[in-house]
Amino acid sequence: MGYSKDQLLARLKELQIDFSQYEHPVVLNVEAQAKYVGNMGGALSKNLFLKDKKHRYYIVSALADTKVDMKVLSQRLGLGKGGLRMAPEEALGEILQVPLGCVTPFAVVNESASHVSLLLDKGLKTQECCFFHPLSNDMSISVNVQGLDKFLKSIGRDPSYIDLEANPLVGKDQPPDLAVLVPSGSTVLPDFPEKAPSLQDSTGNVSAGNNSASAKAVKPSVNVQNVKKKSVDGQRPSIPSADAGKFVEELLDRASALLLSEISEDSIKQHGGLLGAEVANNFRKCLTEDLKNLATIFKNTAYTEGFYAGTHYQTKRP
Amino acid sequence: MEKKEDNQQEEEQVVNPWEVSGKDGGKIDYDKLIDKFGCQKLDQSFIDRVERLTSRPPHVFLRRGVFFAHRDFNEILDAYERGDKFYLYTGRGPSSEALHLGHLVPFMFTKYLQDAFKVPLVIQLTDDEKCMWKNLSVEESQRLARENAKDIIACGFDISRTFIFSDFDYVGGAFYKNMVKVAKCVTYNKAVGIFGFTGEDHIGKVSFPPVQAAPSFPSSFPHLFSGKDDLLCLIPCAIDQDPYFRMTRDVAPRIGYHKPALIEASFFPALQGETGKMSASDPNSAIYVTDSAKDINYKVNKHAYTGGQESMEKHRQYGANLEVDIPIKYLSFFLEDDAELEHIKKDYGAGRMLTGEVKKRLIEVLTELVERHRTARAAVTDETVDAFMAVRPLPNMFD
Repeated sequence: MGYSKDQLLARLKELQIDFSQYEHPVVLNVEAQAKYVGNMGGALSKNLFLKDKKHRYYIVSALADTKVDMKVLSQRLGLGKGGLRMAPEEALGEILQVPLGCVTPFAVVNESASHVSLLLDKGLKTQECCFFHPLSNDMSISVNVQGLDKFLKSIGRDPSYIDLEANPLVGKDQPPDLAVLVPSGSTVLPDFPEKAPSLQDSTGNVSAGNNSASAKAVKPSVNVQNVKKKSVDGQRPSIPSADAGKFVEELLDRASALLLSEISEDSIKQHGGLLGAEVANNFRKCLTEDLKNLATIFKNTAYTEGFYAGTHYQTKRP
Repeated sequence: MEKKEDNQQEEEQVVNPWEVSGKDGGKIDYDKLIDKFGCQKLDQSFIDRVERLTSRPPHVFLRRGVFFAHRDFNEILDAYERGDKFYLYTGRGPSSEALHLGHLVPFMFTKYLQDAFKVPLVIQLTDDEKCMWKNLSVEESQRLARENAKDIIACGFDISRTFIFSDFDYVGGAFYKNMVKVAKCVTYNKAVGIFGFTGEDHIGKVSFPPVQAAPSFPSSFPHLFSGKDDLLCLIPCAIDQDPYFRMTRDVAPRIGYHKPALIEASFFPALQGETGKMSASDPNSAIYVTDSAKDINYKVNKHAYTGGQESMEKHRQYGANLEVDIPIKYLSFFLEDDAELEHIKKDYGAGRMLTGEVKKRLIEVLTELVERHRTARAAVTDETVDAFMAVRPLPNMFD
């Protein structure tokens, strides 16, 4: 039978691991959890339960704000581009023995989860303490990273912290950097009928069909998302290339956004024929720093590409 | 090492590379510091001269007196006017992964100097120092150095004129020769006098200062400045680093080198106020470059120390105490528009503007800054770091 919340808490006390506990009504996602413990001083975590095509399972435990790109993670694990999916609902109960919305690194205490790989966000280490569910979602406990490590080591797990936002090159000469974290166990689990993946959203804990609330937490800023996406989507893995087309698009996006906000009925009334000069002035004032920033990024990326090519060309000769 | 000075100097403020605290836990007296250290105040005539020579508006940190002291900055400007160039040298001790805005201040200013004067820059990551002082493993300090390098690169340095190096990677060769030359000129007693070493400190610490001194001399970088032994060096840094460079300037003429010039900044206040300490273990004491818009909103609203009055009526009557108000201080660092800042200070000081409005403006400014930094940071890969840190020629470094 799976570990219960009380058994886990008792175990933590036995190991003399400091933690604070907060009871609250059952929560199914980070957004809801934040309502109760968001201001308690600890960092919120988001926890994903994933599976790959060979029925191997992974728990990804990260800071709520860390961006987790499943495609990149999949490649870094050596699973190819689309190798990772959210695990089906049933797996939560069967393997982790926790209820919906309760994925937590502590779940690996269960025997049934012994082959589940645990990927921890190195961002967790930067926080004084972090919130996790103690095998039940009517409570959150905050522990510091050392405490979590101690617990994991006590059950024979070696905690591995990784930079989830890193996007390293994976190719012929560069092996996937996280491949070592893929479970090597020989237990083959039956494939659960995949009827539930739509219930899970990318913020992690399985939400009860309500996607809009959690979707908000995924996009802290449109701009940042755009740039990161642009450099990852539709290209060779992981070298952001200095793409002139994308660069110009980004510049024009910002310029158009500013232009649209500057030209309104009011501003036309106010400035009349001189609106052009006024807008041109504001362009310089508001956009210079941003555009210089983008141009510098472009230059540095182009230089890096050239540098990389220059320092590697000899090895490509037959 | 950290608390050595306390017993004798309870009455005085303490400013050295490892400890900064005001008299009786109060504010730092910068005029006294300039007197005690023997550096010069950076007055308006300098700022005007910089504007004239670079044909662009002086950086906000100059206009607001953030960089307020110098040594021999006039020599640098004289040389520049003659057509002689110089190079920039700054650095960071990579003790933690989390960088906050205070850490970025010297880098933001150095970037401006690089762009305005069109000169090359070397950035030293003192991973060996942190390995020794913070007792990190060699691997961990090297890892942190590379991580910090990414945030530094995100400040927008020009890759075609910037060389970033970590001590563990670079020390050796010509650099080490200069370290030895410097070391020979500083007696153990002198080092104790400057840095406060004791019999309990390990010899690694005692032998570290020449490592921070060596980048001040162009011959330490033969791949960049070979044949240019006369090249001057300007070091933008926070004023607590002054002891290292006082030592360096003392030694330089004795080994036949030019003294490096310095331009020094005051300290970035913690969110809870001047008397508070920014600490890596208290995430609410500073705004981090990884903070989300929500975090910034929360931290400024809940943790910034303000000079506003307790009640709306009192505030309208007496106005805010601008001396201690942190949002105003932060705005003076980061709000570009002089006119707008003046207007806010006037209205807030007179009680016409409320603390909430000032905080709101600050949150806007900080969010924009942090977002821009994050965009740039997201584009920095390990290959970019490799390129910045490669020992390579920089052919256009003065163009």
